[in-house]
Amino acid sequence: MNMGGGYMRRKQLSRLMLVLCGCAAGIVIITLVLILGYTLINGISYLSLDFITQPSKPVGEAGGGMRDDIYGTFILVGLASLIALPVGLMAGIFLAEFAGPKAAAAIRFAADILAGVPSIIIGVFAYAILVRPMHTYSAISAGVALAIIMIPVVARTAEESLRLVPNSQREAALALGISRWRITLGVIMPGAITGIVTGIMLAVARIAGETAPLIFTALGSAFGVQGLAEPIGALPLQIYRYALSPYSDWQKQAWAAAFLLVVLVLGINIIVRLVSSRKKM
Amino acid sequence: MSDNKAASRARIGDKIFTRLTLFFGLLIVAILIGLLIALNLDAWPAIQKFGVSFLTSIEWDPVKEEFGALPAIYGTLLSSLIGLVIAVPISLGSAIFLSELAPEWMRKPCSFLIEMLAAIPSVIIGLWGLYVMVPFIRNPVEIWLGSNLGFLPLFQGPPFGVGFLSAGIILAIMVIPIITAVSREAVRAVPLTQREAMLALGATRWEVITRSVLPYCRSGLVGAVILGLGRALGETMAVTMVIGNSYALSASLFSPGSTIASKVASEFNEASGDLYIGSLIELALVLFAITLLVNIIARLLVWRTVSTRGTGE
Repeated sequence: MNMGGGYMRRKQLSRLMLVLCGCAAGIVIITLVLILGYTLINGISYLSLDFITQPSKPVGEAGGGMRDDIYGTFILVGLASLIALPVGLMAGIFLAEFAGPKAAAAIRFAADILAGVPSIIIGVFAYAILVRPMHTYSAISAGVALAIIMIPVVARTAEESLRLVPNSQREAALALGISRWRITLGVIMPGAITGIVTGIMLAVARIAGETAPLIFTALGSAFGVQGLAEPIGALPLQIYRYALSPYSDWQKQAWAAAFLLVVLVLGINIIVRLVSSRKKM
Repeated sequence: MSDNKAASRARIGDKIFTRLTLFFGLLIVAILIGLLIALNLDAWPAIQKFGVSFLTSIEWDPVKEEFGALPAIYGTLLSSLIGLVIAVPISLGSAIFLSELAPEWMRKPCSFLIEMLAAIPSVIIGLWGLYVMVPFIRNPVEIWLGSNLGFLPLFQGPPFGVGFLSAGIILAIMVIPIITAVSREAVRAVPLTQREAMLALGATRWEVITRSVLPYCRSGLVGAVILGLGRALGETMAVTMVIGNSYALSASLFSPGSTIASKVASEFNEASGDLYIGSLIELALVLFAITLLVNIIARLLVWRTVSTRGTGE
Protein backbone atom coordinates (compact mmCIF):
# COMPACT_ATOMS: atom_id res chain seq x y z
CA MET A 1 0.00 0.00 0.00
CA ASN A 2 1.22 3.42 -0.88
CA MET A 3 0.31 5.23 2.30
CA GLY A 4 2.62 8.14 1.57
CA GLY A 5 1.03 8.96 -1.81
CA GLY A 6 -2.48 8.82 -0.36
CA TYR A 7 -1.48 11.11 2.42
CA MET A 8 0.07 13.59 0.02
CA ARG A 9 -3.12 13.63 -2.03
CA ARG A 10 -5.26 14.19 1.06
CA LYS A 11 -2.93 16.93 2.16
CA GLN A 12 -3.20 18.64 -1.23
CA LEU A 13 -6.98 18.34 -1.27
CA SER A 14 -7.05 19.86 2.18
CA ARG A 15 -4.89 22.77 1.14
CA LEU A 16 -7.00 23.35 -1.99
CA MET A 17 -10.27 23.40 -0.05
CA LEU A 18 -8.86 25.72 2.61
CA VAL A 19 -7.73 28.13 -0.08
CA LEU A 20 -11.22 28.00 -1.60
CA CYS A 21 -12.70 28.90 1.79
CA GLY A 22 -10.42 31.94 1.87
CA CYS A 23 -11.55 32.81 -1.66
CA ALA A 24 -15.18 32.66 -0.54
CA ALA A 25 -14.51 35.23 2.16
CA GLY A 26 -12.59 37.27 -0.42
CA ILE A 27 -15.55 37.24 -2.83
CA VAL A 28 -17.85 38.62 -0.13
CA ILE A 29 -15.48 41.44 0.73
CA ILE A 30 -14.84 42.27 -2.94
CA THR A 31 -18.60 42.51 -3.48
CA LEU A 32 -18.85 44.96 -0.60
CA VAL A 33 -16.01 47.02 -2.04
CA LEU A 34 -17.63 47.02 -5.50
CA ILE A 35 -20.98 48.22 -4.16
CA LEU A 36 -19.47 50.92 -1.96
CA GLY A 37 -16.96 51.92 -4.62
CA TYR A 38 -19.55 52.49 -7.35
CA THR A 39 -21.83 54.35 -4.94
CA LEU A 40 -18.93 56.55 -3.86
CA ILE A 41 -17.70 57.35 -7.38
CA ASN A 42 -21.11 57.86 -8.99
CA GLY A 43 -22.48 59.67 -5.96
CA ILE A 44 -19.68 62.14 -5.35
CA SER A 45 -19.55 63.28 -8.96
CA TYR A 46 -23.07 64.71 -8.67
CA LEU A 47 -23.04 65.75 -5.05
CA SER A 48 -22.98 69.47 -4.31
CA LEU A 49 -24.24 71.88 -1.70
CA ASP A 50 -27.31 72.52 -3.87
CA PHE A 51 -28.18 68.86 -3.75
CA ILE A 52 -28.63 69.07 0.00
CA THR A 53 -30.15 72.54 0.22
CA GLN A 54 -32.45 72.73 -2.84
CA PRO A 55 -35.90 71.18 -3.32
CA SER A 56 -36.41 68.84 -6.25
CA LYS A 57 -37.20 70.22 -9.69
CA PRO A 58 -39.61 68.84 -12.30
CA VAL A 59 -38.30 66.76 -15.20
CA GLY A 60 -36.51 68.80 -17.80
CA GLU A 61 -35.28 71.51 -15.49
CA ALA A 62 -31.65 71.05 -14.67
CA GLY A 63 -30.40 70.91 -11.10
CA GLY A 64 -32.57 70.52 -8.08
CA GLY A 65 -31.76 68.67 -4.90
CA MET A 66 -33.24 66.45 -2.29
CA ARG A 67 -33.59 68.78 0.65
CA ASP A 68 -37.19 67.81 1.30
CA ASP A 69 -36.49 64.09 1.08
CA ILE A 70 -33.56 64.32 3.47
CA TYR A 71 -35.75 66.31 5.85
CA GLY A 72 -38.54 63.76 5.33
CA THR A 73 -36.27 60.86 6.23
CA PHE A 74 -35.32 62.55 9.49
CA ILE A 75 -38.97 63.24 10.31
CA LEU A 76 -39.99 59.65 9.60
CA VAL A 77 -37.14 58.21 11.63
CA GLY A 78 -37.96 60.60 14.49
CA LEU A 79 -41.62 59.70 14.35
CA ALA A 80 -40.89 56.00 14.31
CA SER A 81 -38.48 56.33 17.25
CA LEU A 82 -41.01 58.34 19.21
CA ILE A 83 -43.49 55.48 18.91
CA ALA A 84 -41.12 52.52 19.05
CA LEU A 85 -38.85 53.56 21.91
CA PRO A 86 -41.42 53.62 24.75
CA VAL A 87 -43.08 50.44 23.51
CA GLY A 88 -39.84 48.59 22.84
CA LEU A 89 -38.10 49.68 26.04
CA MET A 90 -41.06 48.95 28.32
CA ALA A 91 -41.60 45.58 26.67
CA GLY A 92 -37.89 44.85 27.10
CA ILE A 93 -38.09 45.81 30.79
CA PHE A 94 -41.10 43.54 31.22
CA LEU A 95 -39.29 40.62 29.58
CA ALA A 96 -36.11 41.07 31.59
CA GLU A 97 -37.48 42.08 34.98
CA PHE A 98 -41.08 41.08 35.58
CA ALA A 99 -42.36 38.45 33.18
CA GLY A 100 -43.08 34.91 34.27
CA PRO A 101 -41.64 32.20 32.04
CA LYS A 102 -44.85 31.63 30.06
CA ALA A 103 -45.64 35.29 29.39
CA ALA A 104 -42.00 35.90 28.49
CA ALA A 105 -41.96 32.99 26.04
CA ALA A 106 -45.15 34.19 24.34
CA ILE A 107 -43.99 37.78 23.97
CA ARG A 108 -40.50 36.79 22.91
CA PHE A 109 -41.97 34.48 20.29
CA ALA A 110 -44.26 37.24 19.00
CA ALA A 111 -41.34 39.67 18.86
CA ASP A 112 -39.15 37.21 16.95
CA ILE A 113 -41.94 36.46 14.49
CA LEU A 114 -42.65 40.17 14.04
CA ALA A 115 -38.95 40.82 13.43
CA GLY A 116 -39.00 38.20 10.67
CA VAL A 117 -42.03 39.58 8.84
CA PRO A 118 -40.90 41.08 5.50
CA SER A 119 -40.99 44.87 5.71
CA ILE A 120 -43.27 45.14 2.69
CA ILE A 121 -45.96 43.28 4.63
CA ILE A 122 -45.64 45.77 7.49
CA GLY A 123 -46.22 48.45 4.86
CA VAL A 124 -49.39 46.70 3.68
CA PHE A 125 -50.51 46.51 7.31
CA ALA A 126 -49.98 50.25 7.86
CA TYR A 127 -51.84 50.88 4.62
CA ALA A 128 -54.76 48.76 5.84
CA ILE A 129 -55.06 50.33 9.28
CA LEU A 130 -54.13 53.95 8.55
CA VAL A 131 -54.02 54.93 4.89
CA ARG A 132 -57.35 53.34 3.98
CA PRO A 133 -59.41 54.75 6.87
CA MET A 134 -57.77 58.19 6.54
CA HIS A 135 -58.18 58.20 2.75
CA THR A 136 -54.74 59.68 2.30
CA TYR A 137 -51.12 58.63 2.26
CA SER A 138 -49.42 60.21 5.24
CA ALA A 139 -46.20 60.68 7.15
CA ILE A 140 -47.86 59.23 10.24
CA SER A 141 -48.73 55.93 8.54
CA ALA A 142 -45.12 55.60 7.36
CA GLY A 143 -43.89 56.42 10.85
CA VAL A 144 -46.09 53.69 12.32
CA ALA A 145 -44.87 51.17 9.73
CA LEU A 146 -41.23 51.94 10.54
CA ALA A 147 -42.02 51.83 14.27
CA ILE A 148 -43.46 48.33 13.95
CA ILE A 149 -40.22 47.23 12.30
CA MET A 150 -38.24 48.87 15.08
CA ILE A 151 -40.20 47.67 18.14
CA PRO A 152 -39.16 44.00 18.24
CA VAL A 153 -35.49 44.92 17.69
CA VAL A 154 -35.50 47.47 20.51
CA ALA A 155 -37.42 45.14 22.84
CA ARG A 156 -35.08 42.18 22.36
CA THR A 157 -31.85 44.16 22.62
CA ALA A 158 -33.15 46.02 25.68
CA GLU A 159 -34.07 42.71 27.29
CA GLU A 160 -30.67 41.20 26.59
CA SER A 161 -28.80 44.25 27.89
CA LEU A 162 -30.90 44.41 31.07
CA ARG A 163 -30.23 40.74 31.73
CA LEU A 164 -26.48 41.42 31.75
CA VAL A 165 -26.83 43.68 34.80
CA PRO A 166 -25.78 41.51 37.75
CA ASN A 167 -28.48 40.49 40.22
CA SER A 168 -26.44 41.78 43.13
CA GLN A 169 -27.23 45.32 42.00
CA ARG A 170 -30.96 44.62 42.12
CA GLU A 171 -30.61 43.03 45.53
CA ALA A 172 -28.47 45.83 46.93
CA ALA A 173 -31.01 48.42 45.84
CA LEU A 174 -33.92 46.35 47.14
CA ALA A 175 -32.20 46.03 50.49
CA LEU A 176 -32.18 49.81 50.72
CA GLY A 177 -35.99 49.70 50.55
CA ILE A 178 -36.25 51.34 47.12
CA SER A 179 -39.30 50.42 45.08
CA ARG A 180 -38.90 48.18 42.06
CA TRP A 181 -39.80 50.78 39.45
CA ARG A 182 -37.22 53.25 40.77
CA ILE A 183 -34.62 50.50 40.89
CA THR A 184 -35.41 49.56 37.30
CA LEU A 185 -35.25 53.10 35.96
CA GLY A 186 -32.57 54.45 38.28
CA VAL A 187 -30.17 51.57 38.81
CA ILE A 188 -30.65 48.84 36.24
CA MET A 189 -31.33 50.95 33.15
CA PRO A 190 -28.19 53.09 33.63
CA GLY A 191 -26.18 49.88 34.03
CA ALA A 192 -27.44 48.56 30.73
CA ILE A 193 -27.50 51.85 28.84
CA THR A 194 -24.62 51.10 26.43
CA GLY A 195 -26.27 47.96 25.16
CA ILE A 196 -29.67 49.60 24.92
CA VAL A 197 -28.37 52.62 23.02
CA THR A 198 -26.41 50.33 20.69
CA GLY A 199 -29.58 48.41 19.89
CA ILE A 200 -31.58 51.58 19.33
CA MET A 201 -28.98 53.11 17.03
CA LEU A 202 -28.70 49.94 14.94
CA ALA A 203 -32.50 49.86 14.64
CA VAL A 204 -32.49 53.52 13.60
CA ALA A 205 -29.85 52.82 10.96
CA ARG A 206 -31.96 50.00 9.64
CA ILE A 207 -35.22 51.89 9.32
CA ALA A 208 -33.49 54.94 7.83
CA GLY A 209 -32.77 52.81 4.76
CA GLU A 210 -36.09 50.99 4.58
CA THR A 211 -37.96 51.61 1.37
CA ALA A 212 -40.58 48.92 0.86
CA PRO A 213 -42.92 50.00 3.69
CA LEU A 214 -42.81 53.62 2.50
CA ILE A 215 -44.05 53.10 -1.06
CA PHE A 216 -47.70 53.00 -0.14
CA THR A 217 -47.63 54.86 3.16
CA ALA A 218 -45.37 57.91 2.74
CA LEU A 219 -45.79 57.88 -1.06
CA GLY A 220 -43.37 60.77 -1.63
CA SER A 221 -44.17 64.42 -2.13
CA ALA A 222 -43.30 66.98 -4.76
CA PHE A 223 -44.34 69.83 -2.51
CA GLY A 224 -41.99 69.44 0.42
CA VAL A 225 -42.93 68.52 3.95
CA GLN A 226 -46.48 69.69 4.60
CA GLY A 227 -47.55 67.95 7.77
CA LEU A 228 -47.87 64.59 9.42
CA ALA A 229 -51.23 63.80 7.84
CA GLU A 230 -49.90 64.51 4.33
CA PRO A 231 -47.71 62.47 1.98
CA ILE A 232 -44.00 62.94 2.62
CA GLY A 233 -40.79 62.27 0.71
CA ALA A 234 -37.92 60.14 1.93
CA LEU A 235 -34.39 59.56 0.71
CA PRO A 236 -34.67 55.80 0.02
CA LEU A 237 -38.03 56.28 -1.70
CA GLN A 238 -36.54 58.89 -3.98
CA ILE A 239 -33.60 56.63 -4.84
CA TYR A 240 -36.07 53.96 -5.93
CA ARG A 241 -38.18 56.36 -8.03
CA TYR A 242 -35.24 58.10 -9.65
CA ALA A 243 -33.32 54.89 -10.31
CA LEU A 244 -36.22 53.47 -12.30
CA SER A 245 -36.90 56.73 -14.15
CA PRO A 246 -35.75 57.08 -17.77
CA TYR A 247 -34.07 60.46 -17.21
CA SER A 248 -30.32 60.35 -16.87
CA ASP A 249 -30.32 63.44 -14.67
CA TRP A 250 -32.58 61.70 -12.17
CA GLN A 251 -30.50 58.55 -12.32
CA LYS A 252 -27.44 60.59 -11.38
CA GLN A 253 -29.39 62.09 -8.51
CA ALA A 254 -30.31 58.59 -7.36
CA TRP A 255 -26.60 57.77 -7.05
CA ALA A 256 -25.92 60.98 -5.13
CA ALA A 257 -28.80 60.21 -2.77
CA ALA A 258 -27.53 56.64 -2.40
CA PHE A 259 -24.17 58.03 -1.40
CA LEU A 260 -25.78 60.20 1.29
CA LEU A 261 -27.84 57.27 2.58
CA VAL A 262 -24.81 54.97 2.71
CA VAL A 263 -22.85 57.58 4.66
CA LEU A 264 -25.74 57.96 7.10
CA VAL A 265 -26.47 54.26 7.61
CA LEU A 266 -22.93 52.88 7.60
CA GLY A 267 -21.79 55.90 9.61
CA ILE A 268 -24.19 55.06 12.42
CA ASN A 269 -23.19 51.39 12.27
CA ILE A 270 -19.46 52.10 12.40
CA ILE A 271 -19.69 54.68 15.20
CA VAL A 272 -21.92 52.42 17.30
CA ARG A 273 -19.60 49.47 16.91
CA LEU A 274 -16.49 51.50 17.70
CA VAL A 275 -18.05 52.98 20.82
CA SER A 276 -19.49 49.72 22.11
CA SER A 277 -16.28 47.75 21.52
CA ARG A 278 -14.27 50.40 23.35
CA LYS A 279 -16.67 50.25 26.32
CA LYS A 280 -16.18 46.49 26.57
CA MET A 281 -12.41 46.85 26.85
CA MET B 1 -47.24 55.42 60.30
CA SER B 2 -45.51 57.53 57.66
CA ASP B 3 -43.24 54.59 56.88
CA ASN B 4 -46.28 52.51 56.14
CA LYS B 5 -47.70 55.18 53.91
CA ALA B 6 -44.48 55.45 51.98
CA ALA B 7 -44.31 51.69 51.63
CA SER B 8 -47.86 51.44 50.34
CA ARG B 9 -47.21 54.28 47.93
CA ALA B 10 -44.17 52.43 46.66
CA ARG B 11 -46.27 49.30 46.27
CA ILE B 12 -48.83 51.18 44.19
CA GLY B 13 -46.07 52.69 42.11
CA ASP B 14 -44.64 49.23 41.53
CA LYS B 15 -48.01 47.88 40.57
CA ILE B 16 -48.63 50.64 38.03
CA PHE B 17 -45.14 50.29 36.58
CA THR B 18 -45.33 46.52 36.29
CA ARG B 19 -48.76 46.70 34.67
CA LEU B 20 -47.48 49.33 32.26
CA THR B 21 -44.57 47.17 31.14
CA LEU B 22 -46.92 44.21 30.83
CA PHE B 23 -49.21 46.33 28.66
CA PHE B 24 -46.41 47.22 26.25
CA GLY B 25 -45.19 43.64 26.18
CA LEU B 26 -48.65 42.44 25.26
CA LEU B 27 -48.85 45.21 22.68
CA ILE B 28 -46.24 43.32 20.64
CA VAL B 29 -48.47 40.25 20.63
CA ALA B 30 -51.43 42.48 19.77
CA ILE B 31 -49.60 44.02 16.80
CA LEU B 32 -48.90 40.56 15.42
CA ILE B 33 -52.50 39.44 15.84
CA GLY B 34 -53.78 42.76 14.50
CA LEU B 35 -51.59 42.33 11.45
CA LEU B 36 -53.10 38.94 10.73
CA ILE B 37 -56.66 40.18 11.20
CA ALA B 38 -56.19 43.37 9.14
CA LEU B 39 -54.59 41.53 6.22
CA ASN B 40 -57.31 38.89 6.22
CA LEU B 41 -60.07 41.51 6.33
CA ASP B 42 -58.64 43.51 3.45
CA ALA B 43 -57.85 40.41 1.42
CA TRP B 44 -61.35 39.04 2.00
CA PRO B 45 -62.90 40.16 -1.34
CA ALA B 46 -60.19 38.23 -3.18
CA ILE B 47 -60.24 35.22 -0.85
CA GLN B 48 -64.01 34.98 -1.27
CA LYS B 49 -64.00 35.37 -5.04
CA PHE B 50 -61.09 33.12 -6.01
CA GLY B 51 -60.81 30.64 -3.17
CA VAL B 52 -58.00 28.12 -3.58
CA SER B 53 -57.75 28.77 -7.30
CA PHE B 54 -55.93 32.02 -6.41
CA LEU B 55 -52.89 29.91 -5.61
CA THR B 56 -52.95 27.90 -8.85
CA SER B 57 -54.09 30.43 -11.44
CA ILE B 58 -51.52 32.14 -13.68
CA GLU B 59 -53.87 34.92 -14.73
CA TRP B 60 -53.23 38.53 -13.61
CA ASP B 61 -55.60 40.77 -15.47
CA PRO B 62 -56.77 43.94 -13.66
CA VAL B 63 -59.13 44.81 -16.53
CA LYS B 64 -61.04 41.54 -16.37
CA GLU B 65 -60.43 41.37 -12.61
CA GLU B 66 -58.90 37.89 -12.80
CA PHE B 67 -56.08 37.36 -10.34
CA GLY B 68 -53.85 34.36 -9.63
CA ALA B 69 -50.69 34.05 -7.60
CA LEU B 70 -48.85 31.13 -9.16
CA PRO B 71 -46.27 33.07 -11.24
CA ALA B 72 -45.42 35.25 -8.22
CA ILE B 73 -45.09 32.24 -5.90
CA TYR B 74 -42.96 30.49 -8.52
CA GLY B 75 -40.80 33.57 -8.95
CA THR B 76 -40.36 33.94 -5.20
CA LEU B 77 -39.29 30.34 -4.73
CA LEU B 78 -37.10 30.24 -7.85
CA SER B 79 -35.20 33.46 -7.13
CA SER B 80 -34.67 32.43 -3.50
CA LEU B 81 -33.45 29.01 -4.61
CA ILE B 82 -30.94 30.56 -7.02
CA GLY B 83 -29.88 32.89 -4.23
CA LEU B 84 -29.28 29.99 -1.83
CA VAL B 85 -27.44 27.87 -4.41
CA ILE B 86 -24.96 30.74 -4.78
CA ALA B 87 -24.96 31.94 -1.17
CA VAL B 88 -24.62 28.66 0.75
CA PRO B 89 -21.18 27.54 -0.48
CA ILE B 90 -19.79 31.08 -0.25
CA SER B 91 -21.23 31.63 3.23
CA LEU B 92 -20.07 28.28 4.57
CA GLY B 93 -16.62 28.86 3.09
CA SER B 94 -16.46 32.30 4.69
CA ALA B 95 -17.70 30.99 8.02
CA ILE B 96 -15.09 28.22 8.03
CA PHE B 97 -12.43 30.71 7.03
CA LEU B 98 -13.43 33.17 9.75
CA SER B 99 -13.71 30.65 12.56
CA GLU B 100 -11.09 28.00 11.71
CA LEU B 101 -8.47 29.32 9.33
CA ALA B 102 -8.00 33.06 9.42
CA PRO B 103 -5.20 34.39 11.58
CA GLU B 104 -6.48 36.04 14.75
CA TRP B 105 -5.87 39.62 13.60
CA MET B 106 -7.95 39.11 10.47
CA ARG B 107 -11.06 37.69 12.06
CA LYS B 108 -12.58 40.82 13.56
CA PRO B 109 -12.07 43.15 10.60
CA CYS B 110 -13.37 40.51 8.17
CA SER B 111 -16.47 39.81 10.25
CA PHE B 112 -17.00 43.55 10.54
CA LEU B 113 -16.87 44.04 6.76
CA ILE B 114 -19.34 41.24 6.19
CA GLU B 115 -21.69 42.82 8.75
CA MET B 116 -21.38 46.10 6.86
CA LEU B 117 -22.61 44.34 3.73
CA ALA B 118 -25.72 43.39 5.71
CA ALA B 119 -26.23 47.00 6.78
CA ILE B 120 -26.35 48.46 3.25
CA PRO B 121 -29.98 49.40 2.51
CA SER B 122 -31.70 47.13 0.04
CA VAL B 123 -32.57 49.96 -2.34
CA ILE B 124 -28.89 50.79 -2.78
CA ILE B 125 -28.01 47.19 -3.57
CA GLY B 126 -30.86 47.36 -6.09
CA LEU B 127 -29.48 50.54 -7.63
CA TRP B 128 -26.06 48.95 -7.96
CA GLY B 129 -27.61 45.76 -9.28
CA LEU B 130 -29.58 47.59 -11.94
CA TYR B 131 -26.82 49.83 -13.28
CA VAL B 132 -23.64 47.84 -12.62
CA MET B 133 -24.46 44.16 -12.26
CA VAL B 134 -27.30 43.69 -14.75
CA PRO B 135 -25.32 44.92 -17.79
CA PHE B 136 -22.52 42.57 -16.78
CA ILE B 137 -24.96 39.67 -16.37
CA ARG B 138 -26.45 40.33 -19.82
CA ASN B 139 -23.08 40.40 -21.51
CA PRO B 140 -20.90 38.40 -21.00
CA VAL B 141 -22.49 36.10 -18.37
CA GLU B 142 -25.80 35.23 -20.03
CA ILE B 143 -24.36 35.19 -23.53
CA TRP B 144 -21.65 32.80 -22.39
CA LEU B 145 -24.11 30.56 -20.54
CA GLY B 146 -26.46 30.60 -23.54
CA SER B 147 -23.81 29.54 -26.03
CA ASN B 148 -22.10 26.95 -23.82
CA LEU B 149 -24.92 25.52 -21.69
CA GLY B 150 -27.82 26.52 -23.95
CA PHE B 151 -28.92 22.89 -24.30
CA LEU B 152 -30.37 23.18 -20.78
CA PRO B 153 -33.81 24.80 -20.63
CA LEU B 154 -32.45 26.89 -17.74
CA PHE B 155 -30.18 28.86 -20.04
CA GLN B 156 -32.34 29.34 -23.12
CA GLY B 157 -33.93 32.47 -24.47
CA PRO B 158 -32.71 35.98 -25.14
CA PRO B 159 -30.35 37.53 -22.58
CA PHE B 160 -32.30 40.41 -21.02
CA GLY B 161 -30.02 40.98 -18.07
CA VAL B 162 -32.96 41.67 -15.77
CA GLY B 163 -34.64 38.44 -14.69
CA PHE B 164 -34.52 35.50 -12.30
CA LEU B 165 -30.75 35.06 -12.57
CA SER B 166 -30.00 38.67 -11.64
CA ALA B 167 -32.58 38.57 -8.85
CA GLY B 168 -31.02 35.36 -7.51
CA ILE B 169 -27.52 36.84 -7.48
CA ILE B 170 -28.76 39.99 -5.74
CA LEU B 171 -30.53 37.83 -3.15
CA ALA B 172 -27.33 35.85 -2.63
CA ILE B 173 -25.46 39.09 -1.87
CA MET B 174 -28.15 40.03 0.64
CA VAL B 175 -28.36 36.74 2.54
CA ILE B 176 -24.64 35.85 2.59
CA PRO B 177 -23.98 38.06 5.66
CA ILE B 178 -26.67 36.45 7.79
CA ILE B 179 -25.88 32.87 6.76
CA THR B 180 -22.19 33.55 7.36
CA ALA B 181 -22.75 35.11 10.78
CA VAL B 182 -25.06 32.40 12.10
CA SER B 183 -23.03 29.48 10.76
CA ARG B 184 -19.84 31.04 12.12
CA GLU B 185 -21.43 30.99 15.56
CA ALA B 186 -22.51 27.38 15.03
CA VAL B 187 -19.00 26.32 13.98
CA ARG B 188 -17.52 28.15 16.93
CA ALA B 189 -19.82 26.27 19.30
CA VAL B 190 -18.17 22.95 18.36
CA PRO B 191 -15.92 21.90 21.24
CA LEU B 192 -12.18 21.87 20.63
CA THR B 193 -11.93 18.24 21.71
CA GLN B 194 -13.86 17.19 18.60
CA ARG B 195 -11.17 18.71 16.42
CA GLU B 196 -8.28 17.42 18.51
CA ALA B 197 -9.61 13.86 18.47
CA MET B 198 -9.85 13.92 14.70
CA LEU B 199 -6.39 15.48 14.29
CA ALA B 200 -4.93 12.82 16.59
CA LEU B 201 -6.25 10.18 14.20
CA GLY B 202 -4.12 11.68 11.44
CA ALA B 203 -6.79 13.63 9.64
CA THR B 204 -5.95 16.68 7.55
CA ARG B 205 -7.47 20.02 8.51
CA TRP B 206 -10.08 19.75 5.75
CA GLU B 207 -11.06 16.27 6.97
CA VAL B 208 -11.39 17.62 10.49
CA ILE B 209 -13.77 20.27 9.18
CA THR B 210 -15.91 18.04 6.95
CA ARG B 211 -16.05 14.91 9.13
CA SER B 212 -16.00 16.32 12.61
CA VAL B 213 -16.83 20.03 12.83
CA LEU B 214 -19.60 20.38 10.24
CA PRO B 215 -21.53 17.22 11.19
CA TYR B 216 -21.39 18.28 14.83
CA CYS B 217 -23.14 21.59 14.17
CA ARG B 218 -25.28 20.38 11.27
CA SER B 219 -28.62 21.57 12.62
CA GLY B 220 -27.21 25.02 13.36
CA LEU B 221 -25.95 25.25 9.78
CA VAL B 222 -29.31 24.15 8.38
CA GLY B 223 -30.93 26.72 10.66
CA ALA B 224 -28.60 29.41 9.30
CA VAL B 225 -29.50 28.53 5.72
CA ILE B 226 -33.22 28.53 6.45
CA LEU B 227 -32.90 31.85 8.25
CA GLY B 228 -31.28 33.17 5.08
CA LEU B 229 -34.11 31.67 3.05
CA GLY B 230 -36.64 33.52 5.22
CA ARG B 231 -34.79 36.76 4.49
CA ALA B 232 -34.58 36.04 0.75
CA LEU B 233 -38.27 35.22 0.35
CA GLY B 234 -39.39 38.58 1.71
CA GLU B 235 -36.67 40.77 0.21
CA THR B 236 -38.36 43.45 -1.84
CA MET B 237 -36.61 46.52 -3.17
CA ALA B 238 -33.45 45.12 -4.69
CA VAL B 239 -35.36 42.26 -6.31
CA THR B 240 -38.07 44.56 -7.68
CA MET B 241 -35.36 46.62 -9.36
CA VAL B 242 -33.60 43.76 -11.16
CA ILE B 243 -36.19 41.04 -11.81
CA GLY B 244 -37.91 42.74 -14.75
CA ASN B 245 -41.48 42.58 -13.41
CA SER B 246 -43.13 40.44 -16.04
CA TYR B 247 -45.74 37.95 -14.95
CA ALA B 248 -44.98 34.62 -16.55
CA LEU B 249 -43.97 31.07 -15.75
CA SER B 250 -40.72 30.39 -17.49
CA ALA B 251 -38.11 27.70 -16.98
CA SER B 252 -35.38 30.00 -18.28
CA LEU B 253 -33.33 31.83 -15.68
CA PHE B 254 -32.80 34.63 -18.23
CA SER B 255 -36.50 35.37 -18.29
CA PRO B 256 -37.88 38.42 -16.48
CA GLY B 257 -40.36 37.55 -13.76
CA SER B 258 -41.94 38.67 -10.51
CA THR B 259 -41.80 37.69 -6.87
CA ILE B 260 -44.68 38.17 -4.46
CA ALA B 261 -42.91 41.09 -2.83
CA SER B 262 -41.97 42.73 -6.13
CA LYS B 263 -45.52 42.37 -7.43
CA VAL B 264 -46.95 44.07 -4.35
CA ALA B 265 -44.29 46.79 -4.36
CA SER B 266 -44.66 47.65 -8.03
CA GLU B 267 -48.46 47.56 -8.37
CA PHE B 268 -49.94 48.55 -5.03
CA ASN B 269 -50.01 52.29 -5.72
CA GLU B 270 -51.76 51.93 -9.06
CA ALA B 271 -54.25 49.33 -7.88
CA SER B 272 -57.87 50.40 -7.75
CA GLY B 273 -60.97 48.57 -6.64
CA ASP B 274 -61.39 46.28 -3.65
CA LEU B 275 -60.75 43.12 -5.64
CA TYR B 276 -57.46 44.29 -7.15
CA ILE B 277 -56.16 45.64 -3.83
CA GLY B 278 -57.55 42.58 -2.04
CA SER B 279 -55.64 40.31 -4.42
CA LEU B 280 -52.39 42.16 -3.75
CA ILE B 281 -53.02 41.92 0.00
CA GLU B 282 -53.78 38.23 -0.35
CA LEU B 283 -50.41 37.90 -2.10
CA ALA B 284 -48.88 39.55 0.97
CA LEU B 285 -50.72 37.03 3.17
CA VAL B 286 -49.31 34.13 1.17
CA LEU B 287 -45.83 35.58 1.61
CA PHE B 288 -46.49 36.03 5.33
CA ALA B 289 -47.51 32.38 5.66
CA ILE B 290 -44.42 31.15 3.79
CA THR B 291 -41.95 33.29 5.75
CA LEU B 292 -43.66 32.47 9.05
CA LEU B 293 -43.23 28.75 8.45
CA VAL B 294 -39.63 29.15 7.33
CA ASN B 295 -38.72 31.39 10.27
CA ILE B 296 -40.23 29.06 12.85
CA ILE B 297 -38.31 26.09 11.45
CA ALA B 298 -35.11 28.12 11.46
CA ARG B 299 -35.56 29.30 15.05
CA LEU B 300 -36.17 25.78 16.29
CA LEU B 301 -33.03 24.51 14.56
CA VAL B 302 -30.81 27.37 15.71
CA TRP B 303 -32.10 27.12 19.28
CA ARG B 304 -31.27 23.44 19.36
CA THR B 305 -27.60 23.97 18.54
CA VAL B 306 -27.21 26.99 20.74
CA SER B 307 -28.72 25.09 23.66
CA THR B 308 -26.34 22.15 23.14
CA ARG B 309 -23.45 24.59 23.28
CA GLY B 310 -23.53 24.80 27.06
CA THR B 311 -23.18 21.05 27.54
CA GLY B 312 -20.68 20.66 24.70
CA GLU B 313 -17.97 22.79 26.19
